[in-house]
Amino acid sequence: MTESSMPRPGNVTTPLLSVKGLRTWFHTFGGIVKAVDGVSFDVAPGEIMGLVGESGGGKSMIGFSIMGLIDPPGRVEAGSIEFGGRDLARLGEDEMRSIRGKEIAMIFQDPMTALNPLYTIGNQIEETLALHTTLSARERREKAIEMLHKVGIPQPEQRLHHYPHQFSGGMRQRVVIAIAMIARPRLLIADEPTTALDVTIQAQLLRLMRQQVEESGTSLILITHDLAAVSQMADTIVVLYCGRIVERGPAGDIIARPRHPYTRGLIDSIPHETDIDGAKRRLSQIPGNVPDIRKLPPGCAFAPRCPRASGLCRMQDPVLSEREGTGDGQGPRRLHATACHHPLTVSP
Amino acid sequence: MASSRPVISATLRPSRLRRFFASEFFHNYKRNLSAVLGSLIVFLFLAMVTAGPFIVSQNPYDVAQLDLMAAFKPPVWLEGGSSEFWLGTDGQGRDVLASIVYGSRISLVIGLVAMGGACLLGTTLGLIAGFYGGRLDAFIMRIADIQLSFPSVLTALFLMSAFGTGLDKVLIALISVGWVVYARTVRGSTLRETQKEYVQAARVSGLPNRRIILRHVLPNVLTPLIVVATIQVGTFVLIEASLSFLGVGVPVTQPSLGLLIKNGFDVLFSGLWWVSIFPGLFIMLLVFGINLLGDFLRDELNPRLK
Repeated sequence: MTESSMPRPGNVTTPLLSVKGLRTWFHTFGGIVKAVDGVSFDVAPGEIMGLVGESGGGKSMIGFSIMGLIDPPGRVEAGSIEFGGRDLARLGEDEMRSIRGKEIAMIFQDPMTALNPLYTIGNQIEETLALHTTLSARERREKAIEMLHKVGIPQPEQRLHHYPHQFSGGMRQRVVIAIAMIARPRLLIADEPTTALDVTIQAQLLRLMRQQVEESGTSLILITHDLAAVSQMADTIVVLYCGRIVERGPAGDIIARPRHPYTRGLIDSIPHETDIDGAKRRLSQIPGNVPDIRKLPPGCAFAPRCPRASGLCRMQDPVLSEREGTGDGQGPRRLHATACHHPLTVSP
Repeated sequence: MASSRPVISATLRPSRLRRFFASEFFHNYKRNLSAVLGSLIVFLFLAMVTAGPFIVSQNPYDVAQLDLMAAFKPPVWLEGGSSEFWLGTDGQGRDVLASIVYGSRISLVIGLVAMGGACLLGTTLGLIAGFYGGRLDAFIMRIADIQLSFPSVLTALFLMSAFGTGLDKVLIALISVGWVVYARTVRGSTLRETQKEYVQAARVSGLPNRRIILRHVLPNVLTPLIVVATIQVGTFVLIEASLSFLGVGVPVTQPSLGLLIKNGFDVLFSGLWWVSIFPGLFIMLLVFGINLLGDFLRDELNPRLK
């Protein structure tokens, strides 16, 4: 992996998380599934990074790789995951356990099953605290109440004694966020946190998450297929296709000036307000499906679906490279990298 | 930190017992005749085996209390019956009712202890197999398959021939057959539960596997076990009876209901039917009661039937 680290615009700090050349492969009977294949990115302290791609693109596996929770037949084959001066890919299980939940927290997609139905939510919030802190039972309770209050659960002292089934989906996801944030982690990985929720409350919860991570200075990796959601929240966006990064850069830049045809396709698939007004534009889609990741074609994996593909694309794998600056003239040069032989140059 | 700390107030909750009486479970129980009947039978049996020995007239295994002159007395309502021996006596003058009280005790204890042992062993192995998967899972489940191909009688015969008779051998034979059903049930539910995100969430919050299994997975896979365990007590009582009847069960000094049937079997065709038939009826009644209860629990605890 040739590219260098990517400092945040106007913020040259050492990154909190630095993933380099990560390969997470699954050795199945049907062949090797290269779920994550040579992925590199940095997350600065307090940064919100959007990890975008279609289903089956290996997004979640990046989260689990960072957490050290890849189960056989999967394995982190290569690469390093630097976090706070340590390489998580080489830590033992005991050390990883002390990091999980305390320094890196993770939340999942489905609030219906994310909480154990048999324990009160107070019990479940306090569990993380009991594990990672030496607080007394009373202090834990107070912190739990305070946290529930912060995530917008009304009457937290009473709600503490309630079971998950007594909460709505949105409220449960708030509880999940409270559990994730209670130990004040330095990094939060949110794996499709709003996908299973009503559209009406998705935005609410994204706002809540953003507010929570900003308040505590936590970095956030937002894994999603919803580019629209990411574009409003993230500082940087990483676009994945078939386990590889196809484009990476500042969020505004990627949305306004996508280089990779795949990113462009994703952006064009977002419905616009004009669509509702008078069906002015036919919603476009990316033709075809994500290919079988075990039998990727030679060359660029996106080539079969790409309108710009040439003979070169079908033979040679494009390398992720930082091309010329985007020239929007503000601050230091923003690094916008793309893996494409024929990147788009015209603004959409 | 929030500036205004919320006030912690104690919430009033009704006692567990009161909540139980107000529950849907209890409501359905009251209206289900077979459930009430089943639990009544089981309760009466439990009362009989605990209080019975203090009520019946003799201890049938205290030779000093036996009177050979009273051998083979018919039940009280037949000619020659004595009000001292309601259900008649056997060849040694033992009161059949007293034998049944003492025998039920042994049968029930065997059924319950073996169930407990099988449940513990099977649940542990099922949790391990389901949670860790892979080779361990394959290994445990293949042993389970092999175990299923051995009838319990055969296992008991092996044990008896190697170690002699005894209550402990009967228990081992029953447990070695009985754990499989728990292991399979628990493994299945564990696989289902570990897919759920709360188990993933427990993992990402840094909980060690042992604690995830015991605190998060185990309580969520227990419900189906209650049904299996209940029915199994009945099954074990039956299996033990067959083992004892075949002579590979409990020793004669600790006669269970099955052994009582065997003892009477020799004279069954001489018209002395009561020695065998009454213990048999009691086994039937006990297993019937347990099964009624088990059926109710299955209907009640199975979310798919609700």
